[in-house]
Amino acid sequence: MSQFVYLYRDAERGRSPEKMQEMMQKWMTWMKQLTDKGHIKDIGHPLEHTGKLVKGKQKTVTDGPFAETKDIVGGYTLIEARDLDQAVELSKGCPIFEVDGAVEVRPVMKMNM
Amino acid sequence: MIEPSDHLFRHEAGRMVATLTRIFGVHNLALAEDVVQDAFCRALEVWKFRGLPENPSAWLMATAKNRALDVLRRERTARTFAPELGQLLESEWTLAPVVEELFGANAIKDDQLRMMFSCCHPRLTEEAQVALVLHILCGFSVNEIANAFVSSNAAIEKRISRAKKVLAGSKRLFDVSGADDFSGRLPAVQRALYLLFNEGYHSASPESAVRAELCREAMRLAALLLEHPLAATPATHALAALMCLHAARLPGRVDASGSLISLFDQDRSRWDSRLVAEGQRFLDLSATGPELTQYHVEAAIAWVHAMAHRTEDTDWGKIVSLYNTLMTIRPSPVVALNRAIAIAQLEGPKRGLEEIRTIADRDRLATYPFFHAALGEFEFHSGRYEIAREHFRAALGFARNPMERRFLEQRMGACELAAPHVR
Repeated sequence: MSQFVYLYRDAERGRSPEKMQEMMQKWMTWMKQLTDKGHIKDIGHPLEHTGKLVKGKQKTVTDGPFAETKDIVGGYTLIEARDLDQAVELSKGCPIFEVDGAVEVRPVMKMNM
Repeated sequence: MIEPSDHLFRHEAGRMVATLTRIFGVHNLALAEDVVQDAFCRALEVWKFRGLPENPSAWLMATAKNRALDVLRRERTARTFAPELGQLLESEWTLAPVVEELFGANAIKDDQLRMMFSCCHPRLTEEAQVALVLHILCGFSVNEIANAFVSSNAAIEKRISRAKKVLAGSKRLFDVSGADDFSGRLPAVQRALYLLFNEGYHSASPESAVRAELCREAMRLAALLLEHPLAATPATHALAALMCLHAARLPGRVDASGSLISLFDQDRSRWDSRLVAEGQRFLDLSATGPELTQYHVEAAIAWVHAMAHRTEDTDWGKIVSLYNTLMTIRPSPVVALNRAIAIAQLEGPKRGLEEIRTIADRDRLATYPFFHAALGEFEFHSGRYEIAREHFRAALGFARNPMERRFLEQRMGACELAAPHVR
């Protein structure tokens, strides 16, 4: 088994309460499926959509957001899968795609030699 | 899991907006809506990682409260908030305890009532009041309201944003403790809930789930009204009775294929006996005082239907006399049409046709499908199948949804079956 990080990129705003509830239900269902199948190594955390960006030799500090709003990473999960293909396949169940969001699937580097 | 049918987010949206508007002041309605949106975003983010909290509703309210405190601290020099809370929000000494108190369960109930009365502002049309109640207190989005009312998004958007402007410009929320103003505004509130219920019960929306949802919302708000001593009048009880007695029939109103079943042909064992009993209880409570409202009479009519276990057991004499009363309290062509239908049941289709001919403003029924359908039924039961079929065909032209269309097509089919040469 290898480990992968899912980085969730989306911008959750401006939808009706009913739609938000639907979305939340779908997320919880998806997360539960991954958990039940033993793919969740660490469920991870949501991230605030604000923050600071410290950059360059001058260490210039600027306010977030750091990119297009919809490209902001809103959270991450550490998962276990056979290989990258399986990790990608599993990510396709994520409800984020219904709101034009994206999941970035990144293999965790194996730190052996 | 939250049951999707609980509509937790929608209902909490109404509660949160009502309370936040009470604190921020009605002129800051948009700010209150922003804070609610924030609270939901937060819930969505956190709950999807951590699962549902023990008490989701309390979690949302606490989040809204914390956001409100942030906003109050950050913006108290730049904005003015609720005038009646005035200085209490300005000092750190009083801010937190006051906000805490305003988020208490009883305060939140009052806030919803206050908002309900505020939405029924006399400067707003009845349509706008209903849309505003649905939007603010029931958490329906513009899109969802447009869907339920079979209207365009743009039209509803315009109606709601205008209504919000009137509401925000009304300076302060309606004061629910002043007895005089209260009883003055109460009829408008009852009327808005009545229209909301009817919109659900008779609406043109093809989705029966949407319609049932509107009925449930109207009943939820009516229940809230009944909890307030000044609002729990005989008329409000009558309104609640009428909602229960009509809602009881919802399960029998549509068959498995989704077509409408006429009251005469419904499987009455499918009616909700719990709601009938509830309706009867409210009806008893409504029978005090001198006032006889439209709601009393309509509830009584629904009650007579509910008491008949078979269509042929219906006390049509009583129904006709109730319609006579209704015609004196609140005459309308639709009431007159229903009266004619009841008379036809009691005295035969010929009398029904006579009564229809005497309806004042009959032309206002010209595009109402059930006007033509009633003519069709009378002719059908007089054995004039060909004429009957033409009436059903006319009705079909005005059908507002697939459910009505299927029903009318079936009636045309029945005419052809009854007299095969009619094709």
